[in-house]
Amino acid sequence: MHEWTLQEAARKVRDKEISSRELTRALLDRIERINPKINAYVTVLHDKAMAEATARDETQAKGEALGVLHGVPLGLKDIFCTRGIRTTCGSRILSYFLPPYDAAVAEKVAASGAVLLGKHNMDEFAMGSSTETSHFGPTRNPWATGRIPGGSSGGTAAAVAAGLCYAGVGTDTGGSIRQPASLCGVVGVKPTYGRVSRYGMIAFASSLDQGGPVTRTVPDAAMMLGVIAGHDRRDSTSVDLPVPDYPAAAERPVKGMKVGLPREYFEVEGLDPAVRGAMEKALDALVVQGAQAVEISLPHTSFAVATYYIIAPAEASSNLARYDGVRYGYRAKVAGGLIEMMSRTRAEGFGAEVKRRIMIGTYALSAGYYEAYYGKAQKVRTLIRRDFDAAFAKVDAILTPTSPTPAFRLGEKTGDPLTMYLSDIFTIPCNLAGIPGISVPCGMSAEGLPIGAQLLAGHFREETLFTAAAAIERALPHPPVAPLEGA
Amino acid sequence: MAITREEVLHVARLARLALSEEEVDRLRDQIGNILDYIRQLDTLDTREVVPTSHAVEMGTPFRDDSVCPFGDKEAILSNAPDRFEDFFRVPRILED
Repeated sequence: MHEWTLQEAARKVRDKEISSRELTRALLDRIERINPKINAYVTVLHDKAMAEATARDETQAKGEALGVLHGVPLGLKDIFCTRGIRTTCGSRILSYFLPPYDAAVAEKVAASGAVLLGKHNMDEFAMGSSTETSHFGPTRNPWATGRIPGGSSGGTAAAVAAGLCYAGVGTDTGGSIRQPASLCGVVGVKPTYGRVSRYGMIAFASSLDQGGPVTRTVPDAAMMLGVIAGHDRRDSTSVDLPVPDYPAAAERPVKGMKVGLPREYFEVEGLDPAVRGAMEKALDALVVQGAQAVEISLPHTSFAVATYYIIAPAEASSNLARYDGVRYGYRAKVAGGLIEMMSRTRAEGFGAEVKRRIMIGTYALSAGYYEAYYGKAQKVRTLIRRDFDAAFAKVDAILTPTSPTPAFRLGEKTGDPLTMYLSDIFTIPCNLAGIPGISVPCGMSAEGLPIGAQLLAGHFREETLFTAAAAIERALPHPPVAPLEGA
Repeated sequence: MAITREEVLHVARLARLALSEEEVDRLRDQIGNILDYIRQLDTLDTREVVPTSHAVEMGTPFRDDSVCPFGDKEAILSNAPDRFEDFFRVPRILED
């Protein structure tokens, strides 16, 4: 039953083919067997999930109104605050943090009737592309456990791919939903900036961060986005627009859609031939169903990674100033005064990648450098955004690879930060422009590693993404769950 | 772009990070490499370009400046690394 889609699981509970208790028990048992192999969960809520499932069954027995995900077990990236449930953000500094309130996403998931199984592993403070920077150890790719699952939402993508939940919610600052979805053979959506409330979502780079669904099918992703999207007064960047019927968009024909192929994305050095081949299949799938391919140009693409590695660390260095050992989180034991306590707390509480980004960001924002770095990057960000504006005047969607290569090996890129950063080259421009993006499986490498296609659309055009991604999924079906050895 | 040891130590002080000698050396190399990579932005003429601080154009929403008490004070204070009654206790602020 772990192979069911989110929509199937929701329907079966609603139709009383299975109880929420049975479904939740089955998934908790599977997590117990499989999680030690892949480390996708940092916290599993054994008793709490069963109590929640019991309550859902009782609600249903009384004939009360049911939410769209009534009784269905899900997981959340450990970046979303959950009241009274440890929320670590993958960091030692928050390893015992018990949030006093729920994130908006956690509230919405609960209000939909879902059951929370636990919290997913992630790169520390979402800084990474492999889930290797987690204080709680790396997550492994369920398709090949010697390889990384991508990151930073690697725990979420691995849990969904391994059938350890029916859906999850991750966050994406420079590709952190789409890249792990691609490497784990699942669907991941980065919504338009402002579509999903960031209230209670631990901040990394506030002008780029956005929460979004990770699921095994496109219709499931559409359903999940419908649950978590919507205006929230508590997030001043949340946009007050109605939430469309996303699942209906996944049913629409793709006929007549204009799909742009940005030549700069296909000229990138290091684009794996298997990825190139899978992209051709994805394009064929769209064209066969009546879409029209159009060559386009996004001329500032090659500047996106450099722009991102100023803006994201600068905002992170400011956001992470709050971890000082005073009000919550880890505090170092020191004999000295306040400043020494804070400096030692941060030295011991943060890992190497987080410290590196705090240093880069602090440097870029320090006196005399602000204009040359942050100011310059914000101007280049405008050029990148204009590239997309010009492209979307001609096409409805843009098709690109999600990641230049399939999943790499654990430890392969940890030695050189810049090499790791370049693995996000196709996903970063979308965050800089604030537009929505989706990654959908479109093939396998010769070694049996999943490959994802990325689709991008204009602001608040998530429906276009679901229509196009569903067309790819129909033509290139992928296995529902990773065939873990001995599972 | 080379960055000096002194600059690394200065930035670490601003960021309140106590770095080991080995970390200072490693970060000096790594930050230098990353700044080299970032220098490619200098090849773009951006004199006439308006900066983007927010990717989705919208006004600043306003709301009433009203007090909303948070009910569960204990849930906040119980996270404190060092608590005295309803206070967060910290090491001494003024040096002797």
